[in-house]
Amino acid sequence: MENKKKDIQKIKKFSIELRKNILEMAYSAGASSSHFGGALSIVEIVSTLFSYKMRINKDPNWDQRDRFILSKGHACLAYYAALCEVGYIPKEELKTFEKDDSNLLGHPVINKKLGIDFSNGSLGMGLSLGIGVSISLKKKNNNNNVFVVLGDGECNEGSIWEAAMAASNFKLDNLYAIIDKNNFQQTGSNQDIMNTDSLKDKWSSFGWDTVSLNGHDVDELYEYFNVAQDSKKPRAIIANTIKGKGFSFSENNNDWHHAVLTKSLYEKALKELI
Amino acid sequence: MIINDRNIKTWSAIGSRATFGIATLELAKEIDNLMVLTCDVSTSAGLDRYKKTYPEKYLDLGIAEQNMIGVAAGLSSEGYNVVTTTFAPFQTIICCEQIKVNIGYMKQKVCMVGIASGLALGNLGFTHCCIEDVGILRSIPGITIISPADSLETIKALESAIKSKNSSYIRLTGSSNNPIVYKEDYNFEIGKSVKLREGKDLTIFCAGAMVYNSLQAAQKLKENGISCSVVNMHTIKPIDKNAINDACRNSKLLVSVEEHNIIGGLGSSISEHLVTVKDSPNLLIIGINDTYSKGGSYNFLKEKHGLSPGKIVSDIIKNLK
Repeated sequence: MENKKKDIQKIKKFSIELRKNILEMAYSAGASSSHFGGALSIVEIVSTLFSYKMRINKDPNWDQRDRFILSKGHACLAYYAALCEVGYIPKEELKTFEKDDSNLLGHPVINKKLGIDFSNGSLGMGLSLGIGVSISLKKKNNNNNVFVVLGDGECNEGSIWEAAMAASNFKLDNLYAIIDKNNFQQTGSNQDIMNTDSLKDKWSSFGWDTVSLNGHDVDELYEYFNVAQDSKKPRAIIANTIKGKGFSFSENNNDWHHAVLTKSLYEKALKELI
Repeated sequence: MIINDRNIKTWSAIGSRATFGIATLELAKEIDNLMVLTCDVSTSAGLDRYKKTYPEKYLDLGIAEQNMIGVAAGLSSEGYNVVTTTFAPFQTIICCEQIKVNIGYMKQKVCMVGIASGLALGNLGFTHCCIEDVGILRSIPGITIISPADSLETIKALESAIKSKNSSYIRLTGSSNNPIVYKEDYNFEIGKSVKLREGKDLTIFCAGAMVYNSLQAAQKLKENGISCSVVNMHTIKPIDKNAINDACRNSKLLVSVEEHNIIGGLGSSISEHLVTVKDSPNLLIIGINDTYSKGGSYNFLKEKHGLSPGKIVSDIIKNLK
């Protein structure tokens, strides 16, 4: 019990650090703008994985590490923030976000030194990569897991469903797909653009062990990852989230899908963090 | 692989697709980390024996080519030497974005094999022909493109591509009873063309099944008093610039012959270098003239699109005047 309390505190603290890093990067991006809302909606998911669930160490290329793939690549602010907190990306380098010749562009670019295993940004591709990695790990008798974070809007892409079908066909019980269901996509709500209400049913019917939970509730995420998973199915988590979570001006405001963080809003956000 | 007269004849009879299957079976013996991925085409790609012999080195992704490329890249990132194969349009165009991002941009090493490219499946219509693959893939940085002349060259290209550090696309043309260009073993090197015939008036650059037709055309031209060099440009990317420079010095006319749209393929690739050569001869690009036609048998379509030896000869003669 004591451990649980400590772990949850650690995840929550990690989440605060992620939001701080996200603010720093979004602010330093200036007029080039950043995908703010969709990064904030995955903060607790990414925190739970990087600070608690995933087996990782100081070596980003450690063969025995759990693998992470950010399929919704535009949410890279949260990814870079986490890679910084675990020591793979130097804090100073975060300031190069979206700058000329940077390693940290607006979508992840493969960089083994920084712990970025794949390039992403073209939506619908990360789950297929995850399947390739999951199969590889099984072939090598490596008992690590693969975590793929997808967007709900991203589930519009047909290739996601090709991959969803294949993962259960191959019984990839070492593969997790975490669907960030923040109910928005670029130009509007899922409801307006492409209805994703039945995502849980869809993933279940594709043969995945599927749960729906609150993607900002660290206790819920913690509990989920602590229950022994013994079915031979891949695992889908429909994480109900809030786009722009954490700041009054951005929560559930789709203007913050991709927007400029001004000085005054940056300062306001910093105050809201504490 | 044992290269002898008997095997060359067998490979020719079964065609490049089935030969590909035999070659992978052989390569799997020595390459521990080989993985062959298909999209429900194991029989068409001659892989039935392979999948029975090496089930652990084989993966069928069903009819889902976009997923196949992503899975291939994931396997490659974990150290597997991956070959993917399906019919050429589905190996290249349906999953083009996945190829761009995973294989081009991300540089995950994969060897892609497009079977029955060109016009071989003409009686199934142009959904199953592929006259665009070279043009499309050539514009993606980092992918070697090889179009083998016959079944023996298919084996050599596959082995070289699998053992290479770079990603590649092997474009298989022709059908069963694939004419034999190479009657015996020879030296194959990616990026280095092979001069098959020496002549002083003009040089024909060709690739894939068009190599045999070009050799036949050259023989007919000789009977008309025209002397041709014939160069097997098996690697379309990177193009063998030395061979083009050499032809510029020694020929009055250059000709390219390809079973592909005249836009984006071998002719385009040659012309991109040719424009940098001072006082270069003209280039006659023979191929499918940027059009989709009605379908029909392979021979019918080659004739219709000016790719039979006779049509190649008359096209060249017309342009020499």
